[in-house]
Amino acid sequence: MALRGGALLNVRDLSIRFGGIVALDRVSFSVPEGAIAGLIGPNGAGKTTLFNCLSRLYRPSEGTILFDGRPLLAAPRHRIAALGIGRTFQNLALFRSMSVLDNVRIGGHCRMRAGFLAHALALPRAEREEAALLEQVRLLIDLLDLGPVAERPVGALPFGTQKRVELARALVTRPRLLLLDEPAGGLNHEEVDQLRTRIRDIRDRLGVTVLLVEHHMNLVMTVSDQVVALDFGRIIADGTPAEVQGDAAVVRAYLGTPAA
Amino acid sequence: MTAPSARQWKVAGLALLLLFACALPFLVSSYRTFQLTSALSYAIALLGLNILTGWNGQISLGHGAFYAIGAYVAAILMDRWDVPYWATIPAAGLVCLGAGFLFGLPALRLEGLYLALATFALALATPQLLKSKHLEQWTGGVQGIVIMKPDPPFGLPLDQDQWLYFFALAVALAMFWLARNLLAGRIGRALVAIREHPTAAEAMGIDIAFYKSATFGVSAMFTGIAGALGAIVIQFVAPDSFTLFLSITLLVGIVVGGLASLSGAVWGALFIQFIPNVADQISKAAPWAIYGLFLIACMYLMPTGVAGLVRATAARLARSPRRP
Repeated sequence: MALRGGALLNVRDLSIRFGGIVALDRVSFSVPEGAIAGLIGPNGAGKTTLFNCLSRLYRPSEGTILFDGRPLLAAPRHRIAALGIGRTFQNLALFRSMSVLDNVRIGGHCRMRAGFLAHALALPRAEREEAALLEQVRLLIDLLDLGPVAERPVGALPFGTQKRVELARALVTRPRLLLLDEPAGGLNHEEVDQLRTRIRDIRDRLGVTVLLVEHHMNLVMTVSDQVVALDFGRIIADGTPAEVQGDAAVVRAYLGTPAA
Repeated sequence: MTAPSARQWKVAGLALLLLFACALPFLVSSYRTFQLTSALSYAIALLGLNILTGWNGQISLGHGAFYAIGAYVAAILMDRWDVPYWATIPAAGLVCLGAGFLFGLPALRLEGLYLALATFALALATPQLLKSKHLEQWTGGVQGIVIMKPDPPFGLPLDQDQWLYFFALAVALAMFWLARNLLAGRIGRALVAIREHPTAAEAMGIDIAFYKSATFGVSAMFTGIAGALGAIVIQFVAPDSFTLFLSITLLVGIVVGGLASLSGAVWGALFIQFIPNVADQISKAAPWAIYGLFLIACMYLMPTGVAGLVRATAARLARSPRRP
């Protein structure tokens, strides 16, 4: 594994409260460019909350997030994709009535410039952009084995297929950092194995840094270069999979008893 | 290779339809031609409302107001400044684009039924604003404005009604072409994405605030152009032609025709233009009761509108010959 340069994502002292509940408590960690990082923790540890801060769905009470050295919290929500952060959602957030092809095409929105007038008049630059997008989308549809269902409405497809559509859609945004929220959730054994290969491919072949939230321990520990463990909104461990797996606090958080 | 593709069938079908549309004014009475011209203007208005409600998911109970603004812009330009009738069409479109965009900005904060109520207020206020003393020197107050019927240009061998029909047909074709282009690519996908899942749309980089207000503007532009065309066809504008009832009728049109469907705008226009007449012929005493029955029947028999039924039927016909 070759890590290029310094931290792509740098989270510093991030805190967020909902009412009286502290969901994240001075969370700090960084992810180097080119890494696959796993974020683990028991239910309610604050993993998805952290993701939602990164995609600006939640506004943290304190702290900063630097993406490629620039403050992320200053950017509006719809700019995040263009900055280079793509994401998938825990419970699928697809456009259900649209075809697989159109869902994936929407990912290209943030990389396109032609507006209302150019499209209404079918100007050549709008058509060129659409053609280039279609070419890119076809590649990703093939990469994720979605070819046979490309024209089908996405809402009628099996859960595992829909997850791949979300992944393809996120990749069309051409992210530098890809946030995967429980990508293995609801997948069978075979699909999880394919997912592992895909996540590695995405990093190795597309050069995308990956941060994933995952409950599937085997997947996290085998695919990640770095694992960050959260419990009750705090970071309890941050290191290589082997280090984190052996960490007493992590074992306690999962089992509720001290390690024997 | 030998069998024509779905696309070729579609092009052939549209060409036939266009031929039929061009033949119509020579086959029917001049009153029917006038009604068809009016239906063309409704089709453009429905297209505008459908972009907003069908594609983008914003409900408007006030599009009659934009229809009125378009109609009055056309009438005032012709009446006051002798602007030629054809030049009032783009002018009405631009004015309504601006008006729609500005109305769309505060409407951004309102969702679903609340947006419906805000646009409802717009529909209620419009006829009274048009009667207002301050605007009377422009609008002609309660009296309204009478417009002259244009003659066919270049010595074409058509009567006035036939010429107006072809003029409206040309405007409608242009507007449908623009709408099809707009909705086929990036912009159309963004509109549907906002309707289906705003959070995901934003995560994909779609600026919801901009798209919603721009869509309001574009939608109002289409409806305003329809209003201008309607005014030229009817040769008269008056405040009471543009009541809340018009706005509701437009909403009925897009639902009956088919939400988020281009052809749905045409079906809807035929419905709102002709079904009241049909109902009137069936029962002089209670035509609106008959109209209501038609409406309920449509909802039961064609839950996805006429366009949805046509699509489903075409799909069934395309499949059946291959079955043994």
